[in-house]
Amino acid sequence: MAASSAVPLLLRAAAASCHRLLSASRVAANRSPSRFFHASAPARLSSEDKVTVHFITRDGDKLTAQGKVGDSLLDVVVDNNLDIDGFGACEGTLACSTCHLIFEDHIFEKLDAITDEELDMLDLAYGLTETSRLGCQICLQKSMNNMVVRVPETVADVRQSIDIGKNP
Amino acid sequence: MVSGFRFSCAALRMGRGGGILCWKRASAFRFLVSSGSPTGIKRLLSTDELGPRICIVGSGPAGFYTAQHLLKHHRLAEVDIYEKLPVPFGLVRFGVAPDHPEVKNVINTFTQTARSDRCSYYGNVTVGKDITVKELQKAYHAVILSYGAEDNRTLGIPGEDLAGVYTARAFVGWYNGLPENRDLKPDLSSETAVILGHGNVALDVARILLSPLEILRKTDITEDSLAVLARSKVKRVRLIGRRGPLQAAFTIKELREMINLPSVRPLLDPADFKGLGDAIRDVPRPRRRLTELMVKTALEEPGEEVAGRWASASREWSLKFLRSPLEVLPATDGKRARAIRMAVTRLEGSGETAKAVPTGEVEDVLCGLILSSIGYRSLPVDPAVPFDSKQGIIPNSSGRVLGAPGLYCSGWVKRGPVGVIITTMNDSFDTAQSVLEDLQSGALDVSKAKGGFELVRSVLKSRGICPVSFSDWEKIDAAEMARGKLGGKPREKIVDPQEMLQLIGR
Ligand SMILES: Cc1cc2nc3c(=O)[nH]c(=O)nc-3n(C[C@H](O)[C@H](O)[C@H](O)COP(=O)(O)OP(=O)(O)OC[C@H]3O[C@@H](n4cnc5c(N)ncnc54)[C@H](O)[C@@H]3O)c2cc1C
Ligand SMILES: NC(=O)c1ccc[n+]([C@@H]2O[C@H](COP(=O)([O-])OP(=O)(O)OC[C@H]3O[C@@H](n4cnc5c(N)ncnc54)[C@H](OP(=O)(O)O)[C@@H]3O)[C@@H](O)[C@H]2O)c1
Ligand code: FES
Repeated sequence: MAASSAVPLLLRAAAASCHRLLSASRVAANRSPSRFFHASAPARLSSEDKVTVHFITRDGDKLTAQGKVGDSLLDVVVDNNLDIDGFGACEGTLACSTCHLIFEDHIFEKLDAITDEELDMLDLAYGLTETSRLGCQICLQKSMNNMVVRVPETVADVRQSIDIGKNP
Repeated sequence: MVSGFRFSCAALRMGRGGGILCWKRASAFRFLVSSGSPTGIKRLLSTDELGPRICIVGSGPAGFYTAQHLLKHHRLAEVDIYEKLPVPFGLVRFGVAPDHPEVKNVINTFTQTARSDRCSYYGNVTVGKDITVKELQKAYHAVILSYGAEDNRTLGIPGEDLAGVYTARAFVGWYNGLPENRDLKPDLSSETAVILGHGNVALDVARILLSPLEILRKTDITEDSLAVLARSKVKRVRLIGRRGPLQAAFTIKELREMINLPSVRPLLDPADFKGLGDAIRDVPRPRRRLTELMVKTALEEPGEEVAGRWASASREWSLKFLRSPLEVLPATDGKRARAIRMAVTRLEGSGETAKAVPTGEVEDVLCGLILSSIGYRSLPVDPAVPFDSKQGIIPNSSGRVLGAPGLYCSGWVKRGPVGVIITTMNDSFDTAQSVLEDLQSGALDVSKAKGGFELVRSVLKSRGICPVSFSDWEKIDAAEMARGKLGGKPREKIVDPQEMLQLIGR
């Protein structure tokens, strides 16, 4: 993916709002790794458009971030550089289930209906629950302000996480 | 990769003695220490400032995810990835089907890892042949084996070697441009193809055989494969499994894709699915949904539009259950496959662990093309590494190779050749976690500096091996994408390693 990052960045801007079940053609235009360096969500957000989301990580930490209405939860994680191991491996194309998140009951009930394709991918997710969905398919709505989503445990998480020599 | 860090090492070596305190990154000291540094410098370093030097063998998802986790959770770790082929990414490049480009998005994350200034990629180095694991252990504090599964299981039946019989592994390697399979040129003149096995690889192979050419043409499938597929006579693909519908190994997304394939009709025998309703009530959700989809397709009348599409389809596929391969029967010339003979089986036990036992009845299916898709298999690469040839894995506990301190494994060679990329990711994080634990507990001794790639380079040089760097790969990558653009596809893979090497000026 040696292509200059300018083009994919544009693509990414175009895709900023939520696209459920992306078409293969857009998907095929690989986005560049530079997306990981995206510092923050686009400016010009009026506070009304902002939705705050709390992520409970595998270690039990709470990460709080904001996105705008229409952003997917994958957008929120990427745009805010949230540190969740392995999240969003297929970049929102319904091909990996690494964006699996667990919702609160009252939020889960009001989420848009789930497609067969999302269910198919969810079947491969680790730690599946009754209120699981794929974060790349869930778009922020105002009513979701301050919701709490949980990152499911994986095999490695049963063990104590270690960070050696990490900057404080 | 010309990173600031590499530059600083060189600068440091040139200006020995002067301004050393300016170099904050402990890693910058490592060459000095390993090349017999002045004792004054050694005193400046506490042991934990010396980053552990870690070597990973294989650049598939296991290699890259293990590297990613180590780099992220250890601020000083330096990771070198060795790869047999000039080009990286293992089965993401050479396994994942060309019509699944979205799965290959993981390459972006891997690329980011490779570009980290504490990670280096060395392609074109076959561990076990160009350099031994013992030699790597001399150069690194830890060696992680992530070399995947490069062989396949065999049927072990008469006629397996007849012309017209291929392994799915070779067929996949061929359409994906794997150098060792580039000359396979499968004979697709038979109207009926049989695929043995009910896994996702079997469905990949079926889809490639049946998909309309206009779909494949827009993918990164190799030009040569496309030309052979354009002349294919295959109209019917029969997927044959030794157990029943409740034991199928493929997953629902892939099955749904088969059912929805344009110009292709699914043929499921209603008799195979009647009465399954009760059996699936209590099974886990993935199995239940998969079975429900098969039952629906087999037993329910399709809607008008779908019925019309299926009626006009020019090709078809079917699932056959409870048949275990016995023999490939030769044509009169004694050389070509003419049919496959199978034992009719019944299930002993139920659920995932049910066993297929022959009933004594046999059945022949006429076909000139047989693809065996019964699984991949790992091989031992070096006599110094323990290997369980029965299970085809390196014996390990959470990725620690049993009886071999300092050696680890991850991915298919650790777990066996099953699992999607996310499975491999989790399992690689698990291995990386073991390495981190051992570093923390002191089980892994990093008090002595190790020569790392500098040491390996000299060994390789003496054997005439010149590694390919990640920026070399990026040149190959750019050339492939440029060639693809000319043909209206995302990439045209270079299938000849010599040509790759020429391209980067070797
Ligand atoms: C045909 C096929 C299609 C697949 N499609 C999908 C899919 O669509 N989605 C999905 O999630 N999963 C898919 N998978 C599964 C996925 O590919 C695996 O989970 C994953 O690739 C395993 O990773 P690995 O790193 O252990 O092995 P590999 O990907 O095989 O990587 C091993 C690497 O080690 C290198 N190597 C081997 N020997 C040596 C040596 N002696 N020295 C140095 N290097 C060496 C190899 O060249 C290779 O690059 C597919 C698998 C297959 C076989
Ligand atoms: N799109 C994707 O996500 C994708 C694509 C390709 C591969 N993959 C993954 O890669 C992994 C490997 O796939 P795979 O298809 O190679 O392996 P697999 O899923 O293990 O399937 C192997 C199949 O071969 C059968 N088999 C094994 N030995 C046999 C024998 N001696 N005779 C007859 N049948 C035999 C098995 O039947 P039994 O069950 O009876 O043993 C099974 O149906 C899987 O985890 C798969 O999901 C994923
Ligand atoms: S990011 Fe892969 S399925 Fe959501």
